[in-house]
Amino acid sequence: MSAAAIRPLVEVRDLRRVFDVSKPWLNRVIEREPKQFLTAVSDISLDIARGETFALVGESGSGKSTVARMVVGLLPPSAGSVRIDGIDMQGRASEAERQKLRRRIQMIFQDPYASLNPRWRVDRIVAEPIQAFGLLDGKAAIRARVGELLTFVGLHPDDGRKYPHQFSGGQRQRIAIARALASDSEFIVCDEPTSALDVSVQAQILNLMRDLQDRLGLTFLFISHNLAVVRHMATRIGVMYLGRIVEVAESKALFAAPRHPYTRMLLDAVPDLAHIGRRREPVRGEIPNPINPPTGCHFNPRCPHANDRCRSELPLLLDGVACHAVHEGRI
Amino acid sequence: MIAPAPSAPVLEVRDLTVEFHTRRGVLTALDRISFSIGRGEVLGVVGESGAGKSVTGSAVIGLIDPPGKIAGGEVRLSDKRIDDLAPEAMRRIRGKRIGMIFQDPLTSLNPLYTVGEQLIETIRTHTDLSAAGARKRAIALLEEVGIPAAERRIDGYPHHFSGGMRQRVVIALALCADPEFVIADEPTTALDVSVQAQIITVLKRMCADHGTAVMLVTHDMGVIAETADRVAVMYAGRIIEVGPVAEVVSRPLHPYAQGLMGAIPTLADTAERLASIPGSMPRLSAIPPGCPFNPRCAKAFSPCTTIRPELKEPEIGAPASLGHKAACHLYDPAYADERSAA
Repeated sequence: MSAAAIRPLVEVRDLRRVFDVSKPWLNRVIEREPKQFLTAVSDISLDIARGETFALVGESGSGKSTVARMVVGLLPPSAGSVRIDGIDMQGRASEAERQKLRRRIQMIFQDPYASLNPRWRVDRIVAEPIQAFGLLDGKAAIRARVGELLTFVGLHPDDGRKYPHQFSGGQRQRIAIARALASDSEFIVCDEPTSALDVSVQAQILNLMRDLQDRLGLTFLFISHNLAVVRHMATRIGVMYLGRIVEVAESKALFAAPRHPYTRMLLDAVPDLAHIGRRREPVRGEIPNPINPPTGCHFNPRCPHANDRCRSELPLLLDGVACHAVHEGRI
Repeated sequence: MIAPAPSAPVLEVRDLTVEFHTRRGVLTALDRISFSIGRGEVLGVVGESGAGKSVTGSAVIGLIDPPGKIAGGEVRLSDKRIDDLAPEAMRRIRGKRIGMIFQDPLTSLNPLYTVGEQLIETIRTHTDLSAAGARKRAIALLEEVGIPAAERRIDGYPHHFSGGMRQRVVIALALCADPEFVIADEPTTALDVSVQAQIITVLKRMCADHGTAVMLVTHDMGVIAETADRVAVMYAGRIIEVGPVAEVVSRPLHPYAQGLMGAIPTLADTAERLASIPGSMPRLSAIPPGCPFNPRCAKAFSPCTTIRPELKEPEIGAPASLGHKAACHLYDPAYADERSAA
């Protein structure tokens, strides 16, 4: 039992996902082009402890959402493994155990306008996981539970009779959270849960998520491009660049002393309320095409510390940072 | 064109009201808003969705489509009224004297023409340069906005450019007739943070160099904090606070602005909880009487539900600072008695 308590809830090992982005067969034959592959995620390993919030940050195309989808099992990995509570999320051997595990994993999506069925009333949306997993019997018991969940997320039990279009964006995200909690889930993957919301509403939802975590002991995998939001929510943070984790650190440490040059650049680039009228050093370059990433360290064309080794040899994630310059003590 | 007096603002908006006439009645999208922007100044306009930021932009440049219409007030560009001009006259002002930068750089560029053709066409429409002269100017502009190898890339199509580079092209396009006033509506929202920072830098430098007045519309307070000189905060179709950016960010007066600043997670703070404002912005069809923020306001008292507060510098309750105004009864000595009673 003690071993299980120490063991992280989520263990991701060498996760990789390759997408085939080739043109259709006929075009390839006519234009004599080979197949093209995009490595969205490569060799990602991470552990998430019970009750913690692990955040993945990165710019668009860094592969953070792909990781989220693989962790919940919406997308099969090309290689590597995801184990949740010791149960392998792939492979046939663990099929029966995995069915039981599904109840405990839920996801909250970015767009609350697309993630709720517009033709269903809210009570049916929230009751769906309860019925799908057969958690409660009898209409009255389910209705009572749905009312309880809606109250939990700051809505009124009577709101269950309404349709999603009758709610604002923030209220819809509350409904999505109620649905995610309906199956007594323990691990919730949140993919940009507040990026579609206005700031005052975003603050309500972030506060709600933290309250629920404290009350229910939830574990979050939190995906966001917004560093300030991540700082507010996460206990640990992984920074992704072109499909790889370039730095992992405790939230406080990452913001106090970022080590990877990309993390430093990112922290420097974020427009922030604390920087009124700041004159900035402009950031160099843009994210390269992920179909044909630079050799060596993917960040080397934009990095002020790059040398020949950076241009040829891929740095490994050692001691929380994947950077030759840091490993060699150059920065 | 008569050069304006140095003190006269480039853009002056007075009591501008925009209404939308729908089957369900008249919706007031902008309710008597007034502001001005001086030469080389960047005015940030912030607010949450539905506050009226973009309508303000459209109204200023005369692009309000039916069923919307300007129902009152006036817009003056270099002291000359432009809101009552005929569409044809207004069309000639847009592009020449007013530059526009929109959120999505892909939709503001024509995918069927090269970047150069679009720039040259715009330059030749608004100036009397020859084709060769216009091309030279286009290349110079592209270099100015930081496009490497501009001489070669000018013949590329928009799809050859990345998002950030396209937005640079759009900035060049907006500035090619050397306008007095540029309106930038969410210019960096579609971009990643590292690119966003570059675009902000370019926009700021270009406008400083050319002395252009800028109205920067965005929901991102961080962008405003770094770019704008002054900021106007909008709520339910009204400007509820305006002032120098440092003042508004660090000492907001209006309870809504205070809530908004507290709700924004920043890189510097370590607050356990974010301040949050209960509820959400009212629909245009149901704007409460008095101060539109009163149902969500913790400090609301008797006049707030009936009397509309006007935008003015505080006389009580806050240290006065030049040009920092709020539309809130808390700072009005006329209601001090009701306040202490409540």
